[in-house]
Amino acid sequence: MNTTKTLIYDGSFNGFLTAVFIGFEQKITHADIQRQGQIQSGLFTETEIIFTNVEKAQRVWNGIRKKSNSAIKNVYFAFLSEQNTIEALLYHYIQKLMGSKYNGAMDFGDDCVLKINQLTHKVGREKHRMEAFVRFQLTKDEVYFSNIEPDFDVLPLISKHFRNRYADQQWIIYDLKRKYGLYYDMNTVEMISLDLTDIHANNLEKNSVFTDAEYEYQELWNNYFKSTTIKSRINTKLHVQHVPKRYWKYLSEKKETI
Amino acid sequence: MDFNRIKEKLNILADAAKYDVSCSSSGSNRKNKDNGLGDTGNGICHTYTEDGRCVSLLKILLTNHCIFDCAYCVTRKSNDIKRAAFKIQEVVDLTINFYRRNYIEGLFLSSGIFKSADYTMERLIAVAKKLREEENFNGYIHLKSIPGASDELMYEAGLYADRLSVNIEIPTISGLKLLAPDKKHEDFIKPMLKVKNEIIRYNEERKIIRSTAKYAPAGQSTQMIIGTTGESDKDIMYSATHFYKNYNMKRVYYSGYVPISTDSRLPCLGSEVPMLRENRLYQTDWLLRFYGFSVNEILDADHPNLEMDIDPKLMWALRNLNHFPVDINKAESRMLARIPGIGMGSVQKIINGRKFRNLSWDHLKKMGVALNRAKYFIICNSNDWERRDLDASKIKGMILQSQNGKFKNHYNNQLSLFN
Repeated sequence: MNTTKTLIYDGSFNGFLTAVFIGFEQKITHADIQRQGQIQSGLFTETEIIFTNVEKAQRVWNGIRKKSNSAIKNVYFAFLSEQNTIEALLYHYIQKLMGSKYNGAMDFGDDCVLKINQLTHKVGREKHRMEAFVRFQLTKDEVYFSNIEPDFDVLPLISKHFRNRYADQQWIIYDLKRKYGLYYDMNTVEMISLDLTDIHANNLEKNSVFTDAEYEYQELWNNYFKSTTIKSRINTKLHVQHVPKRYWKYLSEKKETI
Repeated sequence: MDFNRIKEKLNILADAAKYDVSCSSSGSNRKNKDNGLGDTGNGICHTYTEDGRCVSLLKILLTNHCIFDCAYCVTRKSNDIKRAAFKIQEVVDLTINFYRRNYIEGLFLSSGIFKSADYTMERLIAVAKKLREEENFNGYIHLKSIPGASDELMYEAGLYADRLSVNIEIPTISGLKLLAPDKKHEDFIKPMLKVKNEIIRYNEERKIIRSTAKYAPAGQSTQMIIGTTGESDKDIMYSATHFYKNYNMKRVYYSGYVPISTDSRLPCLGSEVPMLRENRLYQTDWLLRFYGFSVNEILDADHPNLEMDIDPKLMWALRNLNHFPVDINKAESRMLARIPGIGMGSVQKIINGRKFRNLSWDHLKKMGVALNRAKYFIICNSNDWERRDLDASKIKGMILQSQNGKFKNHYNNQLSLFN
């Protein structure tokens, strides 16, 4: 009987769930699920390439959801964290979930459950940060454009938020790290990839693709940001804790500081 | 639009509005309508000022002209400062354009009182109405209720705003007489009461007719200034409890007084903002709202002030050592929430986790419990626990030695030898 095996999938979430399905089907106890292109196989382990199968993925998804609603969120969020060996950890987590009589996602005395929980928390925080730190700039063809570089792959998580909020304007949020973005054309949100020649962060220099009024509003916002600070309460440590420096280059109110 | 003029006004009127600490944009259930602009939800802090406070709303005054002369206020009549006023359309344009760029969650509009309370309130409502009806704006709007505004206007304000607030500013009536002689206590209470009653009425009607319009869905809040009139922490927290209970306040904010005046009735310029005290008051507020404490357990005639060097929950625990130690694996959640160093997040994890196995120190540590405080008050699945019969001052001393908080130099009273 197989107890250890390396499964290679295409990197998509459905691909991962398919791999989990195969793992359970073959009763593999330690499934080393790896992303294609980042394979590190053990010397003597057997390897299988997984072809994404939406139907099988769906069955795993439904199975987890039946066990617990919080678990299904945890699995998706933790997957998007793109951590090394997250797949193996999640496989173990799902095994635990399916094997327990109670809601195994609540077993906070267990290291694996706690770890997945913490990852979910981290990804959730990054999602929230992106909802806060996206700064749209209006281009001359009336698209509100924004660049981001989130720590985790949170674009799929923030799409609905922006769709609900900016329903009457065209917008693009582009992830420079993962080289894809979301484009809303006032009907639907689509995934796009762009050939960006330069990074449109909030530069001090003006760029001709943006409207003139855009820079006036940035100036107003920067002024507002300054006048709302209370000088006798300055607390730089707290400020940086809330707005970590790695996000500053995309925030117009911080562009002068960099 | 004349950007330079707007910029000048924005600087003056944002500067004057910054002493209002409320910045929450949560608690409303307004949703995007007809593919318009905006949505509300859990609230988002879009950035943080250099003093570490969240910026989630465009917080400005409509004008800083004011007919009142309250000693604690920068916009008081007798203060020699630049004055400015926004036109209604200017506020609307700023709000919409900031919102579209994802700078803000919405608008927080307050104002100095010009001509009369009603005249001012009408202008505030006009801005909100224009945003809702002409721009189909569904973001968050927080309007200030002007003390003394009529019931009719307060009713109208609630139809457009998500939240309304009146700042009572001074927690005691005698203090108010001293610092704001032109204002009457009743003037603050009247609009608060009207809004409270309308919220109740609308909620009742919604039970019968589901499509009843929204009325101030995010409720009311208020604010008190700390450290102006020598009030005790007991005065402040009892007053806060009164407003939570009798006016269904969503939040009471505490604002350490920032010296802005040479008035002899107030702390002089350059005196320190009581930030640590403010922090302890917020901790107490949380204990009352989320941890099941009642105010007289924490503050009473014998203990009118909070201790500055330890948090209020630890202070309570040290005064009530007879309740401890608590068994982590058996105690009910009410009691778990009262253990110093354990927050509500940890309480949930403990309650769920102990169904699977008895929890030990190691488990608690990984869950994020602050054991340096908690260890004196609990027993868990381990033979190792605090066996010594320590008295309160001993425990306090040991905890203080083990922690290195950012406020440590504020309460380190021991004289140093060499300076």
